[in-house]
This record gives sequence, C-alpha cells and structure tokens, in this order.
Amino acid sequence: MRLLNRTAGRLSRHRRGPLAGLVVLLLGLLISGSLYTALAPAQAQNQASETDQVAQGKELFLASCAFCHGKNGEGVPTVRDGYQLGPSLVGVGAAAVDFQVGTGRMPLASPGAQAPRKKVAFNDEEVAALAAYVASLAPGPAIPNESDYSLEGLSEDERDEAITRGGQIFLTNCTACHNFNGAGGAMPRGGYAPSLHGVEGKYIFEALLTGPQNMPNFSNGNLSPEEKRDVIAYLGSIQDTPEYAGFTLGGLGPVSEGLFAWLVGIGGLVGGAVWIASHTTRSKKSKVDA
Amino acid sequence: MSTDSRLDTSKIATTNGTSAATTSKPGAAGSLATWADDRLGLAAAMKKNLRKVFPDHWSFMLGEIALWSFVVLLLTGVFLTLWFNPSMGHVTYEGSYDQLRGVGMSESMSSTLHISFDVRGGLLMRQMHHWAAMIFVASMMVHLLRVAFTGAYRKPRELNWVIGCVLLLLGTLEGFTGYSLPDDLLSGTGVRAADGFLKATPVAGAYMSFLLFGGEFPGESIIPRLYIIHVLLIPGILLALIAAHMLLLVYHKHTQWPGPGRTEQNVVGYPMLPVYAAKAGGFFFMVFGVIALMGGLLSINPVWKFGPYDPTKVTAGSQPDWYMGWPDGLLRIMPTGWESVIFGYTISWNVMLPILIVPPLMLVVLMLLPFLEGWITGDKRDHHLLQRPRNAPTRTAVMVALMTFYGLAWAAGGNDIIAIKLHASINQITYFMRVAIFLGPILAFWITRRWCISLQRHDNDKLLHGYETGIITRSPDGAYAERHLPISESAAYTLTARDRDEVFHAGGDTDAAGVAAPNSRSERVRARLSSWMYSNNVQKPTRAELEAAHHHAEHEAELTSGLDHPVDGHQFDDHRLRDTDEVPLRDH
Amino acid sequence: MSNDNLSDNTPAAYESHVPAHREAEPIADPGLPPHTWRPTDVDPKAEKRAERQVAAMFIAAMISAVLFVVAYFSFEVGDNWDTFAGLGASTLTLGVTLGVSLLLIGIGIIHLARKLMADAEMVEMRHPAASPQEDRDATVAALNAGLDEAGIGRRPLVRNTMIGAVGVLGLPAVVLLRDLAPGSALDVGRLAHTIWEPGMRLVRDVVGTPILASEIEIGDLINGAPEAMFPTEENGYPELEGAEEQSEKAKGAIIIVRMDPDDIIPAKGREKWTVDGIICYSKICTHVGCPISLYERTTHHVLCPCHQSTFDLADAAKVVFGPAARPLPQLPIKVDEEGYLVAQSDFTEPIGASYWQREKQS
Repeated sequence: MRLLNRTAGRLSRHRRGPLAGLVVLLLGLLISGSLYTALAPAQAQNQASETDQVAQGKELFLASCAFCHGKNGEGVPTVRDGYQLGPSLVGVGAAAVDFQVGTGRMPLASPGAQAPRKKVAFNDEEVAALAAYVASLAPGPAIPNESDYSLEGLSEDERDEAITRGGQIFLTNCTACHNFNGAGGAMPRGGYAPSLHGVEGKYIFEALLTGPQNMPNFSNGNLSPEEKRDVIAYLGSIQDTPEYAGFTLGGLGPVSEGLFAWLVGIGGLVGGAVWIASHTTRSKKSKVDA
Repeated sequence: MSTDSRLDTSKIATTNGTSAATTSKPGAAGSLATWADDRLGLAAAMKKNLRKVFPDHWSFMLGEIALWSFVVLLLTGVFLTLWFNPSMGHVTYEGSYDQLRGVGMSESMSSTLHISFDVRGGLLMRQMHHWAAMIFVASMMVHLLRVAFTGAYRKPRELNWVIGCVLLLLGTLEGFTGYSLPDDLLSGTGVRAADGFLKATPVAGAYMSFLLFGGEFPGESIIPRLYIIHVLLIPGILLALIAAHMLLLVYHKHTQWPGPGRTEQNVVGYPMLPVYAAKAGGFFFMVFGVIALMGGLLSINPVWKFGPYDPTKVTAGSQPDWYMGWPDGLLRIMPTGWESVIFGYTISWNVMLPILIVPPLMLVVLMLLPFLEGWITGDKRDHHLLQRPRNAPTRTAVMVALMTFYGLAWAAGGNDIIAIKLHASINQITYFMRVAIFLGPILAFWITRRWCISLQRHDNDKLLHGYETGIITRSPDGAYAERHLPISESAAYTLTARDRDEVFHAGGDTDAAGVAAPNSRSERVRARLSSWMYSNNVQKPTRAELEAAHHHAEHEAELTSGLDHPVDGHQFDDHRLRDTDEVPLRDH
Repeated sequence: MSNDNLSDNTPAAYESHVPAHREAEPIADPGLPPHTWRPTDVDPKAEKRAERQVAAMFIAAMISAVLFVVAYFSFEVGDNWDTFAGLGASTLTLGVTLGVSLLLIGIGIIHLARKLMADAEMVEMRHPAASPQEDRDATVAALNAGLDEAGIGRRPLVRNTMIGAVGVLGLPAVVLLRDLAPGSALDVGRLAHTIWEPGMRLVRDVVGTPILASEIEIGDLINGAPEAMFPTEENGYPELEGAEEQSEKAKGAIIIVRMDPDDIIPAKGREKWTVDGIICYSKICTHVGCPISLYERTTHHVLCPCHQSTFDLADAAKVVFGPAARPLPQLPIKVDEEGYLVAQSDFTEPIGASYWQREKQS
C-alpha cells in the first residue's frame, strides 16, 4: 500500500498558531472532566433506569410510530405484495432509531420518495428512550460512542494518514451517490443522496452502519469501524479546509461551472460590448472653432 | 516623407464630420514608419487598412470575446506548461495538499496539484485557463447565433461561416483534450466514456481505442498524446483558421445594419485607427480582466477534491464541461436496449446515434445552412446589409428550432443536477426529454415564425399608421382612441431598408428567348421550399401604399372631426377598415 | 490585404451586381445624419473631466498591478496557505488585483475612445468580393499557359504515374501509425478477459482485505477488487505495474451486495453463482464503461452516475432504465475453506462497453 507511505507534513498547519496545542490540551481536559462528572452518576443508575427507559420508549413508539411500523415494530404490509407502509424495526438496532429520529427524518411528515431531514420532533431523552425500546425488540447495531468516530488519541501522523485513507475510501464507496464534495446527488425515481455538509460524525457513522432508507449498509464486516472513522475524519477535514480556489458554486461540478461561465462570463462581457458600442451623450452645442 | 502625409483619405473615405481627419507633420512615429517602409514596403497595404472602417454595434463584438479569450488561453496556457508534466508515470504525491499526501497518482495529476498548491498564482492561472476555455467556446456560439440570425452568412461570406463552424468544432475538441489532461477522477471518467464511444464505432472501434490508448484502456500513453494534440496540433490549426477568418473579415469588410446612409455599397463606422483599435484593444483588457476576476473568485475544476483518476471510482454529477453537455444529454435520453447483433457483430445504436451520428450531422447541417438558403432563394447577390431576425421568419425559426434541440439535449445532460435542485425524478425528466426533443423544436419553429410575422406586421403598421403615442383622445360621443403619430423619416427608412422576398416558381420563368425553363424535379423541390420559406412573410409596403395610407389617415381625421360617421376609436389609424378585406396593404 | 482596388471601388461598378428589377424604394435614403458633437468636444470642462477620469483609471490600474506584486510576495501558498474569509488569500488577491487592473485599463481605453477620440463616422465604399472580369480572364489564361508549358495534360503516362506515386505515399503515412499500439498491444482479444480466475479472493477496494461471507449483512454494498490487485508475499500474486495494473484494475472492479436470497430471481444456469444472497457483478457499466455503485438496497437497483442506466441486481442485473442495452456481467462466486468469498471463474463475457467483435469473443 503506497497509500501509507508518507514522509512529511501535517494536516492543516495553517489553522494552528503556536498556542493552539496548549489551548486544545486545556479544552480537552476541561471537557473530559465535565463529561465525567455529568456521566458518571448516570452510569451508576444505568441498570435501574434501563427498564424505565424502554417503557417510556414503548409509550412514545405507540403514539408516534406504531401506525406505520406496527404495535410491536413488526412493520405494516400494504395490500400490494412486498410493499410496506412501514418496514419492520425488529433488529434494526438503536443506531437506526437514533439516526432516523435524531435527524428528524422520522416520524415521516408525508409519504414520498424519501424521508427528508427536518426539524427533530423529540428531545434527546425521548430519542434515547425510543432507541432503547427498539433495541429491546431484537439485537441490532448500538449507537456509536464518540470514541468510535473521533481521531482522539492518534498521533499527528496517524491522523493525517487516517484522513488520506478516509478520502480514498470516501471516493470509492460514497462519492458515487453523495458527490466528490459530499454535496449529494440524484438517485432513481425522485430519490436522492442527501448532502453530507454539516452532518455530525455520529449520524454518518449510524447511516453507514444501518443503511437508512435506500442507502446500502456499510456494516462493520463491510467497512471496519476504523475505516468509517477515517471517512468521517476526511469529511470533517474537507469542510475545515479553506476554499483555496474561491467560491465553490455549490460544489456540483461542471454543470454549475457552465452556468457561471454563461451568466457571469458571457453575460458580463456582452454587457461590456453593449456599453462599448452604445452612443455617448450628445451636446446641442456645436463646435465653434472647427 | 511620412506614410501619413501620403495617405489620401479622400479617395477611400468620406466623413460626416465637419472636417476631414487631420494629418500631422512627420514626427517620431513618422520617421519610424519611414524606416520600416524602406525595408518592408508596408505603406501600400497600410494606407487603406489603417483607417479601415468598422461599423459599431454591440453584436459585432461577440466574436471578439472569442478572439480575446483565445489570447488569454495562449498566455495562461504557456504559463501552465512551465510546470505541467504530461506523464502517466506513477508517483506518490508528497506535495502540500494534505488530504492527498501519500496517495499514488500520475505525474500529470501530481504536477497539476503542484501548480495549484505550490506555485504562487498557479491556481489562478489554472482557473483562468479553464474559465477562458468555457468562455471561448460560449462566445463562439453566441457569435455564431448572431451571424445566423442576421443573415450575415449569406454570399459572399459562406466560406467564412464554414471556417467558423470548424473553429467551433476545434474549440470543443481543444476543450475536451484540455480538461482531460490533469488525469483526475472526473476527467478520467470522461476519457473512459470517450473510450466507450470509440469502441462503439462499427468494425474498427476496438482497434481505434487500442491505437489511441497505446493498448488497452487506460494505458500510459493517452495523457501525453492528448497533451501534444492540446498544445500543438489543435492550437496550430486554430491559429491558422482564426487568421483566415479575420483576413476574410477584412477583405469582405464587416456587414452593417441598414439605416440612413448605410447601404449595400458602403460601410459606415469608425476608422480602425484610432477608435476601433481603442475599442477592440480596450475590450481585450476587459475580457482578460473578467476572466482574471472569475479565476480569482470562482472555483473551477477542483481536481484535488476529485482525487487522481482511478478506474474503479466515480462521482455523482459526472458531467463533461458545458460544451460537451448536449451529446451527453442525447446519450442519457436514449431508450433502453438500442443495440443490435447482426451476424454476430455488435452495433451499439445507443452510443452511435447520440455521439457518432447526430453531432456530426448537426455540424454538417450548420455548415450547409448558407448554401441551402442560397439554393432555395436562388439569391446570387452579395449581401452586406444585415437582416433583422423578424425579416427572415423561416430562417429565424429554423435557428430557434436548432437552439431548442440543442438546449433540450443540453438540459438532459444535466438531468441529475436538475433532479436534485428541483426535487424531481431523473426518470421523469428523462421521459419528458425523450418526447420534448422531438416536439420542442417543432413547437419552437412554429411559435417563432408566427412571432416574426406578427412583428413584421407591427413594423408595417408603424410605417403606414405611425406609432402608438399613448395619448388617448375622447371624441364628443364618448369613444376613446389612441392617437397615432408618424415615425421619423430615418426610422421609416430603416424599416423599409430590406429586400422584398421573391418566391421562386418552377417552370414559370422563361429565358430571354422566351423558352420555358426545364421543369426539373429539383426545381420543383426548390419552388416548394421557396414557397415554404417566403410565402407567409409580410412584405414592406410600396411607395404608393405608403402615400395612400398617409393620405387616408389625414382624410380619416377630417372625416371624424366632421362627425361624418360615429367615432369608433380608430379615427387616427384604420384598424376598423383593415379588419375587412378592403385594404390590400398587409398580406402579399 | 491590398485587394481594395480603388478603380473598382466605385458604386457604379458595384451596382452591376445588383439585379436590375429592384423597384424603387418606398422611402428614399435620407443619407447619413449630420454629425453632432459630444459635450467633451464643445465643453473644455467636460473634456478635462474626461481626461482626468481616464487618467484616474490608468493610475488605479497601476496601483492594482503593484498590489498584485505585493500580494504575490506577501501571501503564502504551499504548506501554509494564508486564508481570507475562508478562501485562499493568494488566489483571491492575485485574481482580484489582476482583474481590476486589466478591467481599469480596458475601461479607461474605451472611455478615452468614447469621450475624447474623434468620433466622426467615416464612410468607406465596398467592392465586390469577386475580381473584375479582366483579372479572372488573365488568371485563367496564365493558368492555362502554365499547364500547357508543363505538358502534363499531353503526357498521361507521366501524369498518372505521378498521381499514383503521391497517392501511394499515403500508405507509409498510415502504416507509420500502426505502432501507436505496438505489437501485441493491439490485441483486442484482451477485452474478453479479466484478471479474475478460479479461487481468486474478492477483496475490498482501497484497503485490499479479503471478505468473510459471514460478516456481510443484508443490505451491504461492497466495492470490491480482485486480490491480485493487492499483491503481498502472503497471497503470492505478482506485482503488476504501469499500464497492465491500470487496465486490469479497470476491468476487474466489482460490486458485491447481499440481499434476502428470496429476493433473487434465479437466472438460468446461474443458480450456483451466489453465496446465500451474496451476489457479485462487474462494476463497469455496459453502456460506455463508467464504474457504477449507486445502489438502492430496497429496490436492488444500481444506477450509473454518467448516463443513468439502471440495473436490477436481483434480476440478473437486467437494464430497467437508461441507455444501456446489456445486463452487468455477473461474477460466479463461492466461499473458500476459510469462509472468504472467492471467484469460481473469470467473467463469462467481456465486461464494460460494447464493441464490434464482442459477441464473437464471448
């Protein structure tokens, strides 16, 4: 693998001042400290609260999801064979729920080619409860931890390598639908691969893991968790990288470039030509000396 | 003796100014000119051309955009060659772009990244080169449209039209070879599609592909080969043809719009030196400036995001540059399964039709347009006065139909982008385009022709009855009418400064000896086409009709003022009368 | 371009090209309107103002050009790009300063032409594109005299052999291009085969790891490659280089999906080509050869991003939409003793775009 053969260079040196390392260190300490205080007691109560959470989840499920997915998440078939009002949720795991509900895709506002991302209908606690309930139906992928998709703990070189590798995996597995810039693309019959801009690493990880809607799975046996992490790191890095070349015109490739060549280029220059050939103002006076 | 003082402007030009252009005493420029003329004898040629007259109109500068963007292409292109390495040799990228460091790629991709990230101004020059290329082809196209819509391609300029069409083809090929050079994922996908196009050629397709790629796709030869085609072969031919295009322009002298004092026999405008040279030179800087601004502000072809070409990768939105978009669109809307196997040999209609048959056919049709028109009309005169598009309704409609075909195919080439931006289904867009590509041009032809003819009627109305003043008058019995006033003499002259269309009649003509011309088959076809082309057109009024109309208007005014009959709102024009068939002014 | 023969440049000479039946124009040509003066022609103040405007533009252009140089030297590129509002500072400032400088020069020159240069329109007479008849006659005479003196027309043997000799010269010119693909590089039979062979493992693209059938879940899509593209000491495949590596990569790419085995419509003769719902196809579109992997897990359709050909992977990859004519070739697979996916054989037909001899090679 020539890919891993790297000698020099760090990622995005331009974004760091000399004090940046210190700031990051202090920030890291602060965050991990506060996270610990916030989470430690919760973990202690974990066992006891789990059943409550599942019960709360079931309640929410019956109210908001059961109409399409069935009272027990078994799915609701329609009259036409093989089509479903809502698919079975048995075995989809907490990750699928966290993704679908956490990004607002579910509950679906109206049936359509695809569930669009929209305003989230539940608060974090409710999402967690729903996820816990669905996870209790049958084992499935769990919600990933932050450590699964962050590059924390890697050395500078390892990070750069991870990002480069993530880029190559992204270009092989993801750009076909989501475009080279993560701007999204069209799929058959009105479907689309959504834009990946600004999507949290957690949701990308979950989407890869569970294959929401028509997206194929990239289960851990397919794309290892490290590889998923690398893809997420790459996506983060291209969003952090300055646009060296100017405004990206939507990052859609030659179609938007062609549009700008005509509108700005030809439009502007034809405007210039009109000005050049237009008549200048005339005076009523006549030249006396001549 | 300076060239200036030998230049007798009175013979070649007159002016509408109060004084002739003044000549000055031989100065420094004069003595330099003398020095040069002693050795080169240029004065004989220069004396006429230095003050050669060019008419002034914005639409005459569209070709200049192409010329100047070509100059920008040469300048920026030379800059890029200083670093670009057109080799497919494999290297590991170790340059400054972090996300690709350590990735294996070809030297051409690596040197493109080097130009983009490690050469100051390199990215600017790359982007300027690419924007200039897009503008180059686009401006050739708008220039072509201007020439076609105004009938400037008629005799004696047919050959220059053909040269222009060849330039458009070469510019397109130059663009394709150019954007393929960085060997990035997007351009490589395009090259692979081109390989598929070659392979679809009957009999020799696979061999053509292997010869071009130096073996099986992708090989290691294609980039160096495209490079030499891109930097030497095509630019050389382009330069030669541009020179020929401009020489013919100077020889024929530019066409002009008809108007007072502007006839088929003269050309009215500003002299090359100084005004035209200044305007053209200034426009060069403007074109250059706009391209520089675009290069600095708008990202184009971010190859670092595509990554190096890898035959197993692809990105959504894999489109060619805009000028290759319409054949790509035709490819996309081909119905499923158009491939036949005859005697065990495969014929790929699904690729041949949209790539190998229709685009070359379109180019041939385009090139033949002036000859076809000349044959149908039988017009052997030289034409230097332009026609307004409305005054050649059939030609205008044909061009609009061709544009509609082009535009629909072009839009089909971006069907996936349209689908995501408009939340539509690519399948539905494709189904729509499959029908629209046939119906659209027909509809466009029909609408345009009717529209043109209506505008011709409107022109005649203005000539005969004056223009609508917007002044509403009320008659004593309460009727309202808009007052029409005659248009100015020069405006009226300009409206009438066009030829009457003459429908060709087969066999009807007799020669000088009174013998009927042979009524051959082609004559009959020609007659039918001529009638199709002209018979619905509205002809300008004759002098007698004009006088009658003006006289009639005066008379009508008198009548209404005398309340001879009820005022019906048309006392200043004759619309009431024209609705009957009494007035023979409108349709010929 | 000294074609302007003044003696022929008279309206009268030109009028002869205009047909005589042209009727009198309805409105007589009123002639060129008289020249009117611009404020800058008659008002010294306006003239001075225009002069100052033009000069100001030229000065600003100079400043902008100097700023270009300043920007060139002050903004870093390479490892340590300076940025400006999230954009690359170097490209942005160089482009803007260069553009502004050029635009100001252009606008300045045109402003000068419009406001201060003499703007009286001139009239130049045209000449017919054709040469005068006597010139034509003289040219034809000269041509005939020359041909006559050459005597080519009278000596058909010489003429014909000369034409033949020059014509045959075309052969060397064409033959010379034969080695664009030297020797066996022109063997188009290579299109019919890929690097796949019985027992070769399917590996993940980019990382090159083999695929355990048991690890693949329903709905998974794997962009795969032949193991031979990732030679290691362990697997013992020879290192491929240059053109060969690229062409094998281009032909060997695959997509592997797993679906509910009941969803697969069994194709005749291919019942044993899948492993428990895992099915493998060529990644190369049969239309013009784009790699495709835009897979929809519920419909089992895969879409080509280039021209939107859509294939139904559950139904032998038949074309359900778009311009392609043939299904994607299927790679017969099985599992080896360690449970990894391996190929049963090479593809049974040429992959990718169609070509003339394709059926003969299948």
